[in-house]
Amino acid sequence: MQKLESRHINVHYGTTQALKDINIGIDANTVTALIGPSGCGKSTYLRLFNRMNDLIDGIKIEGQIFVDGKDIYEKGTNVDSLRKNTGMVFQKPNPFPKTIFENVAYGLRVNGITDQKFIEERVETSIQQVVLWDEVKDKLKKSAFELSGGQQQRLCIARALAIQPSIILMDEPTSALDPISTAKIEELIHELKTKYTIVIVTHNMQQAARVSDHTAFFYLGELVEFGITKEIFTNPKREKTQNYITGRFG
Amino acid sequence: MKTINENKLAISKRRSQNIAFFLLGFLGYFIVAILLVILSFIVIKGFSVISWDFITKMPEEGMTKGGIYPAIIGTLYLVAGSMLFAFPIGVLAAIYMNEYVKDGFVKKFIKQMTNNLSGIPSIVFGLFGMSLFVNKLGFGDSILAGSLTLGLLVLPIVIRTTEEALKAVEDTFRQASLGLGASKWQTTRRVVLPIAFPNIITGLILSVGRVSGETAPILFTVAAYFLPKLPTSIFDQAMALPYHLYVISTSGTNIEESRPIAYGTALVLVLIVLITNLLANALRKFFGKKVKMN
Repeated sequence: MQKLESRHINVHYGTTQALKDINIGIDANTVTALIGPSGCGKSTYLRLFNRMNDLIDGIKIEGQIFVDGKDIYEKGTNVDSLRKNTGMVFQKPNPFPKTIFENVAYGLRVNGITDQKFIEERVETSIQQVVLWDEVKDKLKKSAFELSGGQQQRLCIARALAIQPSIILMDEPTSALDPISTAKIEELIHELKTKYTIVIVTHNMQQAARVSDHTAFFYLGELVEFGITKEIFTNPKREKTQNYITGRFG
Repeated sequence: MKTINENKLAISKRRSQNIAFFLLGFLGYFIVAILLVILSFIVIKGFSVISWDFITKMPEEGMTKGGIYPAIIGTLYLVAGSMLFAFPIGVLAAIYMNEYVKDGFVKKFIKQMTNNLSGIPSIVFGLFGMSLFVNKLGFGDSILAGSLTLGLLVLPIVIRTTEEALKAVEDTFRQASLGLGASKWQTTRRVVLPIAFPNIITGLILSVGRVSGETAPILFTVAAYFLPKLPTSIFDQAMALPYHLYVISTSGTNIEESRPIAYGTALVLVLIVLITNLLANALRKFFGKKVKMN
């Protein structure tokens, strides 16, 4: 059984079709990169896995998305627990206007955990996982806004890890960061892979090549090609993929 | 040939820019000038009557002498009462509109109605307040009836500014919170509201200014021509600054003699609005800082 699977996914925003019959299977503990020009539907596809698209007015989703073999768009799905199992990281670092500690503790608190000792342990472990502990351990009570952009983004990843998800969705997580912070996040993605299944949307072709095991190339709402990253970047089967990864359009 | 044309173009572009700058600058300063003229008019005319006694004593000799203490107290009661009513209801309504209702007919309808509500002349609110709160619900001419009427009047302002404040909160904050398994209400209460709070305070500032200056809505619902003592409960009538100003300028016992008191009253009214604005601004800054700290 694959960790994530989409079958015959069609998504409409009003009259425009954002995704056309997408079929992909993603194995556990792998990194999958979604690439393609702006507006190709890759972000929309990413957000299907934690039902974040539900928030958009006038969206219509057809088909099935399986997480651990269960169709998450079936009636009666507990969306809150689905999202608890899925950490999400956004384009711009978006820590809450709270202390560093409370940012990471937030997910635990809203899920009804009150054991302060457990919360403290989880917060520390999560911040250590993103290699931020040494930088913030003395200022956990300070505002998260005092951190640099790269630190904020790692804090946001820690925030997502604190609730112990099995899937991490990343929507262009480094596009607002400098090269050094970007390198740190990419390194992190490598390490997190052993424990989590990661799907990452990226505009950066080199990043996709560096961090991912599989790559899916989207164009105008269609899945043009999906396969092992090495093959996609060295020997793509479709001409459109070839043109895109060599920078001829997009 | 071409270079000459380009030179001409550059000159005319610069000239029109200069004219535009001058006009815009002039208009900007013109507005400041109007404000200064009005303020200095009131200050010059009213300053001489202002004294500790003026703001702490009861009116005397048919309101031609003495202070305006009961009117100040009445206005403060009305501001507090109307805010107590309008602020929670307005904020909750705005939260419902912005966070819960999907775009569509219902939202448009409520929005249109809110806009219409703010377009109703304040005297009509007064009439409505009299018929509903004073007569139908039997509150009589009272602080309660007046506060509710004023509350209704400022409800649209509170709703609209709160809505704007909520709209200004970036969606990724909501998504990040929901993505961690938080419910919509948890997200609204713990993430969205704290971020929006400093801006919501702006709605409060605007409403306080509006409430303390309104005359028509309190005319039939609470305002007393003259009271020898302070109100002791929310079912008592009260004097209020704007109405007091109106009374001693138009139907006092001796209009000429009470003229200085009228200007003094106007000055106190302006000062109250100014002080609440400053206070609310400080509050806004304080909460803005606190939001980042928590």
